Amino acid sequence: MPNETTVASIIINDYDRVLAEWLKVQTAEGVKRTDLVSGKESEQQSRELLSAMAKAMPKEATDDDLDLAEAGWEPVRDALEDIAENRTQRGVSTTEMGWFIGALKQPLFKMLQSELGEKPRVLMREIWNATRLIDQISLHAIETLVSKREAIIERQRAEMTEVAAPVVKIWDSIVTVPLIGTLDSFRAQTVMENLLDAIVQWEAEVAIIDITGVSTVDTMVAQHLLKTASAVRLMGAECVICGISPKIAQTVVNLGVELPNIVTRVDLESGLAYAFDRLGVQVGRGSAGA
Amino acid sequence: MTDEAARVTLKTSGDVAFARQAAAKAMAAIGASTIKSTKFVTAVSEIARNAVIYGRGGVISFSEAGAAGQKRVVAVCTDRGPGIDDIDRAVSDGFSTGKSLGLGLGGAKRLVDRFEITSSSKQGTKVTLECGPR
Repeated sequence: MPNETTVASIIINDYDRVLAEWLKVQTAEGVKRTDLVSGKESEQQSRELLSAMAKAMPKEATDDDLDLAEAGWEPVRDALEDIAENRTQRGVSTTEMGWFIGALKQPLFKMLQSELGEKPRVLMREIWNATRLIDQISLHAIETLVSKREAIIERQRAEMTEVAAPVVKIWDSIVTVPLIGTLDSFRAQTVMENLLDAIVQWEAEVAIIDITGVSTVDTMVAQHLLKTASAVRLMGAECVICGISPKIAQTVVNLGVELPNIVTRVDLESGLAYAFDRLGVQVGRGSAGA
Repeated sequence: MTDEAARVTLKTSGDVAFARQAAAKAMAAIGASTIKSTKFVTAVSEIARNAVIYGRGGVISFSEAGAAGQKRVVAVCTDRGPGIDDIDRAVSDGFSTGKSLGLGLGGAKRLVDRFEITSSSKQGTKVTLECGPR
Protein backbone atom coordinates (compact mmCIF):
# COMPACT_ATOMS: atom_id res chain seq x y z
CA MET A 1 0.00 0.00 0.00
CA PRO A 2 2.33 2.74 -1.11
CA ASN A 3 1.46 6.36 -0.40
CA GLU A 4 -1.66 5.53 1.45
CA THR A 5 -2.67 8.20 3.93
CA THR A 6 -1.98 7.21 7.52
CA VAL A 7 -1.71 9.04 10.83
CA ALA A 8 2.02 9.02 10.35
CA SER A 9 1.93 10.43 6.83
CA ILE A 10 -0.38 13.23 7.92
CA ILE A 11 1.81 14.26 10.83
CA ILE A 12 4.96 14.06 8.73
CA ASN A 13 3.69 15.76 5.57
CA ASP A 14 1.05 18.13 6.91
CA TYR A 15 3.02 19.09 9.96
CA ASP A 16 2.28 22.84 9.87
CA ARG A 17 -1.43 22.41 9.38
CA VAL A 18 -1.72 19.83 12.18
CA LEU A 19 0.16 22.15 14.50
CA ALA A 20 -1.99 25.16 13.65
CA GLU A 21 -5.21 23.20 14.12
CA TRP A 22 -3.97 21.65 17.34
CA LEU A 23 -3.18 25.05 18.82
CA LYS A 24 -6.63 26.25 17.76
CA VAL A 25 -8.32 23.32 19.53
CA GLN A 26 -6.19 23.90 22.62
CA THR A 27 -7.55 27.43 22.80
CA ALA A 28 -11.12 26.33 22.14
CA GLU A 29 -10.95 23.61 24.82
CA GLY A 30 -9.49 26.06 27.28
CA VAL A 31 -6.54 23.84 28.07
CA LYS A 32 -3.90 26.38 27.25
CA ARG A 33 -3.83 27.80 30.77
CA THR A 34 -2.43 31.10 29.56
CA ASP A 35 -2.30 32.16 33.20
CA LEU A 36 0.31 29.47 33.89
CA VAL A 37 1.98 28.84 30.55
CA SER A 38 2.38 31.65 28.03
CA GLY A 39 0.92 31.20 24.55
CA LYS A 40 4.39 31.29 23.12
CA GLU A 41 5.63 28.55 25.40
CA SER A 42 2.57 26.44 24.67
CA GLU A 43 3.19 26.79 20.96
CA GLN A 44 6.86 25.97 21.41
CA GLN A 45 6.02 22.85 23.44
CA SER A 46 3.39 21.69 20.96
CA ARG A 47 5.83 22.23 18.11
CA GLU A 48 8.55 20.24 19.84
CA LEU A 49 6.27 17.35 20.68
CA LEU A 50 4.82 17.19 17.18
CA SER A 51 8.19 17.33 15.48
CA ALA A 52 9.45 14.63 17.83
CA MET A 53 6.49 12.53 16.73
CA ALA A 54 7.22 13.25 13.09
CA LYS A 55 10.82 12.22 13.67
CA ALA A 56 9.92 8.93 15.32
CA MET A 57 7.07 7.93 13.06
CA PRO A 58 8.81 6.78 9.91
CA LYS A 59 10.77 4.24 11.95
CA GLU A 60 8.31 3.04 14.53
CA ALA A 61 5.04 1.18 14.22
CA THR A 62 1.89 3.23 14.71
CA ASP A 63 -0.45 0.28 14.32
CA ASP A 64 -1.22 -2.48 16.81
CA ASP A 65 2.48 -2.96 17.52
CA LEU A 66 2.72 0.55 18.90
CA ASP A 67 4.97 0.66 21.92
CA LEU A 68 6.14 3.98 23.28
CA ALA A 69 8.93 2.24 25.16
CA GLU A 70 10.70 1.44 21.85
CA ALA A 71 13.98 3.23 21.23
CA GLY A 72 12.64 5.11 18.22
CA TRP A 73 10.13 6.99 20.38
CA GLU A 74 12.87 8.46 22.50
CA PRO A 75 12.52 12.00 21.09
CA VAL A 76 8.81 11.90 21.99
CA ARG A 77 9.57 10.73 25.51
CA ASP A 78 12.20 13.44 25.89
CA ALA A 79 9.81 16.11 24.63
CA LEU A 80 7.15 14.92 27.10
CA GLU A 81 9.74 14.99 29.87
CA ASP A 82 10.53 18.65 29.12
CA ILE A 83 6.86 19.59 28.92
CA ALA A 84 6.06 17.80 32.16
CA GLU A 85 9.03 19.40 33.91
CA ASN A 86 7.93 22.86 32.78
CA ARG A 87 4.27 22.31 33.64
CA THR A 88 4.86 20.72 37.05
CA GLN A 89 6.70 23.85 38.12
CA ARG A 90 3.74 25.94 37.01
CA GLY A 91 1.18 23.78 38.78
CA VAL A 92 -0.70 22.44 35.77
CA SER A 93 -3.12 19.63 36.71
CA THR A 94 -2.99 16.11 35.29
CA THR A 95 -6.38 16.60 33.62
CA GLU A 96 -5.14 19.67 31.81
CA MET A 97 -2.03 17.80 30.77
CA GLY A 98 -4.19 14.99 29.37
CA TRP A 99 -6.44 17.41 27.53
CA PHE A 100 -3.49 19.33 26.16
CA ILE A 101 -2.36 16.25 24.25
CA GLY A 102 -5.86 14.88 23.70
CA ALA A 103 -6.67 18.07 21.80
CA LEU A 104 -4.51 16.68 19.00
CA LYS A 105 -7.20 14.15 18.17
CA GLN A 106 -9.66 16.53 16.58
CA PRO A 107 -7.40 17.94 13.85
CA LEU A 108 -6.00 14.48 13.09
CA PHE A 109 -9.45 12.90 12.82
CA LYS A 110 -10.65 15.72 10.62
CA MET A 111 -7.75 15.38 8.24
CA LEU A 112 -8.04 11.61 8.12
CA GLN A 113 -11.72 12.03 7.39
CA SER A 114 -11.13 14.37 4.48
CA GLU A 115 -8.37 12.18 3.02
CA LEU A 116 -9.95 8.80 3.61
CA GLY A 117 -13.64 9.62 3.57
CA GLU A 118 -14.08 7.31 0.60
CA LYS A 119 -12.52 4.32 2.34
CA PRO A 120 -14.42 3.77 5.59
CA ARG A 121 -12.48 0.65 6.55
CA VAL A 122 -9.09 2.28 6.20
CA LEU A 123 -10.47 5.38 7.90
CA MET A 124 -11.67 3.34 10.88
CA ARG A 125 -8.31 1.63 11.18
CA GLU A 126 -6.39 4.88 11.05
CA ILE A 127 -8.69 6.57 13.53
CA TRP A 128 -8.14 3.66 15.87
CA ASN A 129 -4.36 3.92 15.40
CA ALA A 130 -4.45 7.67 15.99
CA THR A 131 -6.53 7.19 19.16
CA ARG A 132 -4.16 4.58 20.52
CA LEU A 133 -1.15 6.70 19.73
CA ILE A 134 -2.49 9.86 21.30
CA ASP A 135 -3.90 8.08 24.33
CA GLN A 136 -0.57 6.41 24.94
CA ILE A 137 1.28 9.69 24.60
CA SER A 138 -1.10 11.47 26.90
CA LEU A 139 -0.94 8.68 29.49
CA HIS A 140 2.81 8.77 29.32
CA ALA A 141 2.68 12.54 29.80
CA ILE A 142 0.43 12.22 32.86
CA GLU A 143 2.64 9.53 34.31
CA THR A 144 5.69 11.69 33.82
CA LEU A 145 3.91 14.60 35.44
CA VAL A 146 2.95 12.48 38.45
CA SER A 147 6.42 11.04 38.86
CA LYS A 148 7.87 14.56 38.72
CA ARG A 149 5.56 15.56 41.54
CA GLU A 150 6.49 12.51 43.55
CA ALA A 151 10.12 13.40 43.09
CA ILE A 152 9.39 16.87 44.46
CA ILE A 153 7.60 15.39 47.48
CA GLU A 154 10.46 12.98 48.08
CA ARG A 155 12.92 15.86 47.94
CA GLN A 156 10.91 17.89 50.41
CA ARG A 157 10.78 14.92 52.75
CA ALA A 158 14.54 14.55 52.51
CA GLU A 159 14.95 18.26 53.26
CA MET A 160 12.71 17.87 56.30
CA THR A 161 14.84 15.08 57.74
CA GLU A 162 17.96 17.12 57.07
CA VAL A 163 16.83 20.03 59.19
CA ALA A 164 15.10 17.86 61.73
CA ALA A 165 17.86 17.00 64.14
CA PRO A 166 20.35 19.72 64.91
CA VAL A 167 22.53 18.68 67.84
CA VAL A 168 23.68 21.70 69.81
CA LYS A 169 26.40 22.01 72.39
CA ILE A 170 24.83 24.15 75.07
CA TRP A 171 27.53 23.89 77.71
CA ASP A 172 30.87 22.32 78.24
CA SER A 173 30.18 18.53 78.12
CA ILE A 174 26.45 19.00 77.52
CA VAL A 175 24.77 18.48 74.14
CA THR A 176 21.07 18.74 73.34
CA VAL A 177 18.84 17.79 70.44
CA PRO A 178 15.37 19.29 70.17
CA LEU A 179 12.98 16.91 68.42
CA ILE A 180 10.12 18.33 66.41
CA GLY A 181 7.14 16.72 64.70
CA THR A 182 7.02 12.99 64.04
CA LEU A 183 9.75 10.55 64.92
CA ASP A 184 9.60 7.78 62.35
CA SER A 185 12.23 5.07 62.14
CA PHE A 186 14.29 6.91 59.56
CA ARG A 187 14.39 10.15 61.51
CA ALA A 188 15.03 8.34 64.77
CA GLN A 189 18.07 6.76 63.15
CA THR A 190 19.32 10.16 61.96
CA VAL A 191 18.82 11.65 65.41
CA MET A 192 20.68 8.81 67.07
CA GLU A 193 23.63 9.04 64.67
CA ASN A 194 23.88 12.82 65.00
CA LEU A 195 23.68 12.64 68.75
CA LEU A 196 26.31 9.91 69.10
CA ASP A 197 28.64 11.79 66.75
CA ALA A 198 28.16 14.97 68.76
CA ILE A 199 28.97 13.14 71.99
CA VAL A 200 32.30 12.06 70.52
CA GLN A 201 33.03 15.42 68.91
CA TRP A 202 32.35 17.53 71.98
CA GLU A 203 33.29 14.93 74.59
CA ALA A 204 29.86 15.29 76.09
CA GLU A 205 28.94 13.66 79.36
CA VAL A 206 25.25 14.52 79.31
CA ALA A 207 22.96 14.36 76.27
CA ILE A 208 19.59 16.06 76.63
CA ILE A 209 16.81 15.02 74.26
CA ASP A 210 14.05 17.61 74.24
CA ILE A 211 10.74 16.14 73.05
CA THR A 212 8.61 19.24 73.66
CA GLY A 213 7.95 19.45 69.92
CA VAL A 214 6.92 15.80 69.51
CA SER A 215 3.14 15.72 69.46
CA THR A 216 2.60 12.00 69.87
CA VAL A 217 4.65 9.54 71.89
CA ASP A 218 3.45 6.08 70.95
CA THR A 219 5.20 2.77 71.52
CA MET A 220 7.41 3.20 68.47
CA VAL A 221 8.62 6.66 69.49
CA ALA A 222 9.18 5.32 73.02
CA GLN A 223 11.17 2.43 71.64
CA HIS A 224 13.34 4.79 69.60
CA LEU A 225 13.96 6.92 72.67
CA LEU A 226 14.89 3.85 74.71
CA LYS A 227 17.31 2.69 72.04
CA THR A 228 18.91 6.10 71.70
CA ALA A 229 19.25 6.37 75.48
CA SER A 230 20.96 3.01 75.80
CA ALA A 231 23.32 3.85 72.92
CA VAL A 232 24.17 7.11 74.67
CA ARG A 233 24.86 5.19 77.86
CA LEU A 234 27.13 2.79 76.00
CA MET A 235 29.16 5.79 74.93
CA GLY A 236 29.69 6.61 78.56
CA ALA A 237 27.34 9.58 78.66
CA GLU A 238 24.05 10.06 80.41
CA CYS A 239 20.79 10.66 78.63
CA VAL A 240 18.15 13.06 79.90
CA ILE A 241 14.76 13.22 78.21
CA CYS A 242 12.91 16.42 78.83
CA GLY A 243 9.80 18.13 77.59
CA ILE A 244 7.36 15.51 78.82
CA SER A 245 4.01 17.23 79.19
CA PRO A 246 1.26 15.98 81.56
CA LYS A 247 -0.78 14.60 78.67
CA ILE A 248 2.21 12.73 77.23
CA ALA A 249 3.05 11.35 80.69
CA GLN A 250 -0.49 10.00 81.15
CA THR A 251 -0.56 8.55 77.67
CA VAL A 252 2.78 6.79 78.13
CA VAL A 253 1.55 5.30 81.43
CA ASN A 254 -1.64 4.07 79.73
CA LEU A 255 0.41 2.52 76.97
CA GLY A 256 2.32 0.58 79.59
CA VAL A 257 5.69 1.85 78.41
CA GLU A 258 8.37 2.07 81.08
CA LEU A 259 11.48 4.15 80.77
CA PRO A 260 13.80 2.49 83.26
CA ASN A 261 17.18 4.06 84.04
CA ILE A 262 16.39 7.13 82.00
CA VAL A 263 16.33 10.50 83.68
CA THR A 264 13.28 12.47 82.61
CA ARG A 265 12.44 16.09 83.29
CA VAL A 266 9.50 18.36 82.58
CA ASP A 267 11.28 20.93 80.47
CA LEU A 268 14.65 21.86 79.04
CA GLU A 269 15.39 24.17 81.97
CA SER A 270 15.11 21.43 84.56
CA GLY A 271 16.96 19.06 82.24
CA LEU A 272 19.83 21.52 82.08
CA ALA A 273 19.70 22.06 85.83
CA TYR A 274 20.03 18.29 86.30
CA ALA A 275 23.03 18.21 83.96
CA PHE A 276 24.71 21.10 85.80
CA ASP A 277 24.17 19.36 89.07
CA ARG A 278 25.69 16.15 87.78
CA LEU A 279 28.71 17.83 86.34
CA GLY A 280 29.17 20.02 89.41
CA VAL A 281 28.64 23.21 87.45
CA GLN A 282 27.49 26.13 89.58
CA VAL A 283 25.51 28.86 87.95
CA GLY A 284 24.72 32.03 89.84
CA ARG A 285 24.12 35.70 89.31
CA GLY A 286 27.50 37.34 89.26
CA SER A 287 28.28 40.67 90.85
CA ALA A 288 29.27 42.20 87.53
CA GLY A 289 29.34 45.96 87.52
CA ALA A 290 29.35 46.13 91.29
CA MET B 1 -26.43 7.94 62.87
CA THR B 2 -22.85 8.05 61.73
CA ASP B 3 -21.47 10.11 58.95
CA GLU B 4 -17.95 9.54 57.84
CA ALA B 5 -15.72 12.53 58.45
CA ALA B 6 -12.41 11.36 57.05
CA ARG B 7 -10.76 8.39 55.48
CA VAL B 8 -7.04 7.74 55.26
CA THR B 9 -5.37 5.09 53.16
CA LEU B 10 -2.52 3.46 55.03
CA LYS B 11 0.51 2.38 53.08
CA THR B 12 3.59 4.13 54.44
CA SER B 13 4.72 5.57 57.75
CA GLY B 14 3.87 8.98 56.36
CA ASP B 15 0.24 7.83 56.12
CA VAL B 16 0.33 7.01 59.83
CA ALA B 17 1.22 10.65 60.52
CA PHE B 18 -1.67 11.69 58.28
CA ALA B 19 -4.04 9.37 60.18
CA ARG B 20 -2.89 10.97 63.43
CA GLN B 21 -3.71 14.42 62.07
CA ALA B 22 -7.14 13.25 60.94
CA ALA B 23 -7.73 11.75 64.41
CA ALA B 24 -6.75 15.01 66.10
CA LYS B 25 -9.09 16.92 63.81
CA ALA B 26 -12.00 14.57 64.51
CA MET B 27 -11.45 14.93 68.27
CA ALA B 28 -11.27 18.72 67.97
CA ALA B 29 -14.58 18.66 66.09
CA ILE B 30 -16.38 17.09 69.07
CA GLY B 31 -14.69 19.50 71.47
CA ALA B 32 -12.58 16.87 73.20
CA SER B 33 -10.15 17.72 76.00
CA THR B 34 -6.44 17.72 75.14
CA ILE B 35 -5.72 14.67 77.23
CA LYS B 36 -8.52 12.65 75.61
CA SER B 37 -7.41 13.82 72.21
CA THR B 38 -3.77 12.89 72.89
CA LYS B 39 -4.80 9.44 74.08
CA PHE B 40 -7.03 8.81 71.08
CA VAL B 41 -4.41 10.07 68.63
CA THR B 42 -1.80 7.80 70.21
CA ALA B 43 -4.14 4.80 69.99
CA VAL B 44 -4.83 5.60 66.33
CA SER B 45 -1.10 5.83 65.75
CA GLU B 46 -0.58 2.32 67.15
CA ILE B 47 -3.40 0.76 65.18
CA ALA B 48 -2.54 2.53 61.94
CA ARG B 49 1.10 1.54 62.23
CA ASN B 50 0.13 -2.08 62.85
CA ALA B 51 -1.93 -1.98 59.64
CA VAL B 52 1.08 -0.66 57.73
CA ILE B 53 3.69 -3.00 59.24
CA TYR B 54 1.76 -6.24 59.77
CA GLY B 55 -1.39 -5.77 57.68
CA ARG B 56 0.11 -4.96 54.25
CA GLY B 57 -1.61 -1.59 54.38
CA GLY B 58 -5.22 -0.72 54.94
CA VAL B 59 -7.73 2.04 55.50
CA ILE B 60 -8.77 3.95 58.59
CA SER B 61 -11.98 5.93 58.65
CA PHE B 62 -13.24 8.37 61.25
CA SER B 63 -16.85 9.17 62.00
CA GLU B 64 -18.94 10.73 64.73
CA ALA B 65 -21.46 8.75 66.72
CA GLY B 66 -23.98 9.64 69.39
CA ALA B 67 -26.50 12.43 69.84
CA ALA B 68 -25.59 16.09 69.79
CA GLY B 69 -23.92 17.17 73.01
CA GLN B 70 -22.43 13.75 73.71
CA LYS B 71 -20.73 12.95 70.45
CA ARG B 72 -17.96 10.41 70.28
CA VAL B 73 -15.39 9.71 67.60
CA VAL B 74 -15.26 6.24 66.10
CA ALA B 75 -12.25 5.07 64.14
CA VAL B 76 -12.44 1.88 62.11
CA CYS B 77 -9.21 0.47 60.75
CA THR B 78 -9.18 -2.45 58.36
CA ASP B 79 -6.18 -4.07 56.77
CA ARG B 80 -5.50 -6.71 54.15
CA GLY B 81 -3.07 -8.67 56.24
CA PRO B 82 -2.85 -12.33 57.18
CA GLY B 83 -4.92 -11.80 60.32
CA ILE B 84 -3.96 -12.43 63.93
CA ASP B 85 -3.81 -16.05 65.11
CA ASP B 86 -4.37 -15.50 68.80
CA ILE B 87 -6.03 -12.18 69.51
CA ASP B 88 -5.92 -12.54 73.31
CA ARG B 89 -2.19 -13.06 73.17
CA ALA B 90 -1.69 -10.20 70.70
CA VAL B 91 -3.53 -7.78 72.98
CA SER B 92 -1.55 -8.89 76.05
CA ASP B 93 1.46 -6.76 76.95
CA GLY B 94 4.91 -7.75 75.85
CA PHE B 95 3.84 -9.96 72.96
CA SER B 96 5.19 -9.09 69.54
CA THR B 97 5.82 -11.07 66.40
CA GLY B 98 8.16 -8.26 65.33
CA LYS B 99 10.91 -6.53 67.24
CA SER B 100 8.68 -3.95 68.91
CA LEU B 101 7.86 -3.47 72.58
CA GLY B 102 4.65 -5.46 72.17
CA LEU B 103 2.50 -2.85 73.87
CA GLY B 104 0.69 -1.39 70.87
CA LEU B 105 -2.61 -3.28 70.90
CA GLY B 106 -2.95 -3.51 74.68
CA GLY B 107 -1.88 0.09 75.03
CA ALA B 108 -4.37 1.27 72.43
CA LYS B 109 -7.08 -0.64 74.28
CA ARG B 110 -6.28 1.15 77.52
CA LEU B 111 -6.21 4.57 75.81
CA VAL B 112 -9.75 4.56 74.40
CA ASP B 113 -13.27 4.15 75.80
CA ARG B 114 -14.21 1.24 73.56
CA PHE B 115 -11.90 -1.17 71.75
CA GLU B 116 -12.95 -3.97 69.48
CA ILE B 117 -10.88 -6.27 67.35
CA THR B 118 -11.84 -8.99 64.92
CA SER B 119 -9.49 -10.89 62.71
CA SER B 120 -9.53 -13.67 60.19
CA SER B 121 -6.94 -14.99 57.81
CA LYS B 122 -9.25 -14.25 54.90
CA GLN B 123 -10.50 -10.77 55.68
CA GLY B 124 -7.58 -9.32 57.58
CA THR B 125 -7.91 -7.46 60.83
CA LYS B 126 -10.51 -4.88 61.79
CA VAL B 127 -10.01 -2.66 64.81
CA THR B 128 -12.64 -0.25 66.13
CA LEU B 129 -11.68 2.54 68.51
CA GLU B 130 -14.20 4.81 70.16
CA CYS B 131 -13.52 7.82 72.32
CA GLY B 132 -15.67 10.47 74.00
CA PRO B 133 -14.74 14.09 74.58
CA ARG B 134 -14.09 13.85 78.34
